[in-house]
Amino acid sequence: MAEKFDAIVVGAGPSGNTAAYLMAKAGMKVLQLERGEYPGSKNVQGAIMYADALEAVIPNCRRQAPFERAVLEQRMWLMDERSHVGSHFRGTVDADEQPTRYTVIRANMDKWLSGKAQDAGVLLICETTVVDLLKKGERVVGVRTDRARGDVFADVVVLADGVNSLVATKAGLRPRVKAQDVALAVKEMHFLPRHTIEERFNISGNDGVVVEMLGKITKGMVGTGFLYTNRESISLGIGCMVEDFKASGVSPYQLLEELKSHPSVRPLIAGSEVKEYSAHLIPEGGYNAIPTVHGDGWLICGDSGGFVNSVHREGSNLAMTTGRMAAETIIGLRDKGRDYTAANLKSYRRALEQSFVMKDLKKYRDVPEILHGNRQFLTTYPELLTRAAHTMLKVDGVDKLTKEKEIKRDFVARRSRFGLFGDAIKLMRALR
Amino acid sequence: MTVKVEEKLFENRYRVDEGRAHIAIRAPEICRDRCETPSCTWCCPAACYTKAEDGSVILSTDGCLECGTCRLLCSEHDNVEWSYPRGGYGVLYKFG
Repeated sequence: MAEKFDAIVVGAGPSGNTAAYLMAKAGMKVLQLERGEYPGSKNVQGAIMYADALEAVIPNCRRQAPFERAVLEQRMWLMDERSHVGSHFRGTVDADEQPTRYTVIRANMDKWLSGKAQDAGVLLICETTVVDLLKKGERVVGVRTDRARGDVFADVVVLADGVNSLVATKAGLRPRVKAQDVALAVKEMHFLPRHTIEERFNISGNDGVVVEMLGKITKGMVGTGFLYTNRESISLGIGCMVEDFKASGVSPYQLLEELKSHPSVRPLIAGSEVKEYSAHLIPEGGYNAIPTVHGDGWLICGDSGGFVNSVHREGSNLAMTTGRMAAETIIGLRDKGRDYTAANLKSYRRALEQSFVMKDLKKYRDVPEILHGNRQFLTTYPELLTRAAHTMLKVDGVDKLTKEKEIKRDFVARRSRFGLFGDAIKLMRALR
Repeated sequence: MTVKVEEKLFENRYRVDEGRAHIAIRAPEICRDRCETPSCTWCCPAACYTKAEDGSVILSTDGCLECGTCRLLCSEHDNVEWSYPRGGYGVLYKFG
């Protein structure tokens, strides 16, 4: 395989497929390497796909992408052991508004976008694991695969190899991902008849519901649960920071089983057939954990670069956008006849800084640390809030003013007046 | 609540690379003698790591979901040799 390409893309997820597609479309000779049997077979996501990021690559994506359901309703649940308080947003503001978020089944999505890339001329080789980068001095000049005579050369290498970022780490281009910067999520695919899902969630057609869950379900660990409706299945999962799992002694599948038996969740999945159990790491270190994302002859995009907005649970749009910007940077340099040196590829970083990708990550840069040091947001407050709702709604002959005082006492007893004030400031600072 | 992970893994598709485990414990005696918090035995979502009676840790990669958690957990002793399976082998997600 001692052939030379204009570009090599490692990985066939959203960022790799986007980068490969755009470069091939611009006339470049692109090789894409994927270790799975087909694109998607190694990939795991919740999963929500964002039409805006996809439309920037495939303009009429809404008519052809394998979306499951458009997110009509978003629920946020703060959960205690047996109850939850929550908020819903349902509907649209304008009558002709297009949805921006869709639930997807990741394997279908990756296959579809990879098909576009292949149609554009990308040479995709599956069942091939990239084990290292080939360097000439400091310059990356190709990749080493696990195939016989598996060295391949290119002018530039796009690393879209996922959260573990093994290739760049092994080649010394970035430090190893740290346990405090990643969450481990486990998920099950629960299959139910289409009409059952639509009845249970009060939806019809292609509309869907997503539920994000916070609170005691993660046993004090920093993490969230999620439930997404697909056409004929429900994606149900839960994830927490790896260092929290390490310290807690709790198993991820234990959390998932307990979530499934929570009185707010159990009826929604009753009678379902589970067809898959998956696990995946999510880079949640935010802005401060982003490594160097470009150098002589290489760029990193997607999860491999830590591009996830954990506060908003966004990832696939950051993956696609970073993949697009990597490709645009490369195409721009090619058009000007300039080399893919670290100095020239710096415009990738600049483009990221000017986009929502880095702006959003910067906005929430303090959140990981604040949550880390303030577990009350995930334990005490969900409990206080569910209890407050319970107290106010229980009709037992006690007058409402007494109930209100009881709730206030409850809050002060658990967090003190200073504590409550401090928590409000922390929360505002984290989310400002 | 006891959870049977094997039942969960049973739903998944795998193509096992017989005799070529992609993860290895570098020095078993480190797990047995020096690791006080074998977090791999409870954090691994596929329960690939189990603790034996003599305190050593036994690794079976057949059900591995390739998440990479164990590689990051073992930072103190750096005793996990971790790579992805050979191309085409390992877990094959139908839905992901």
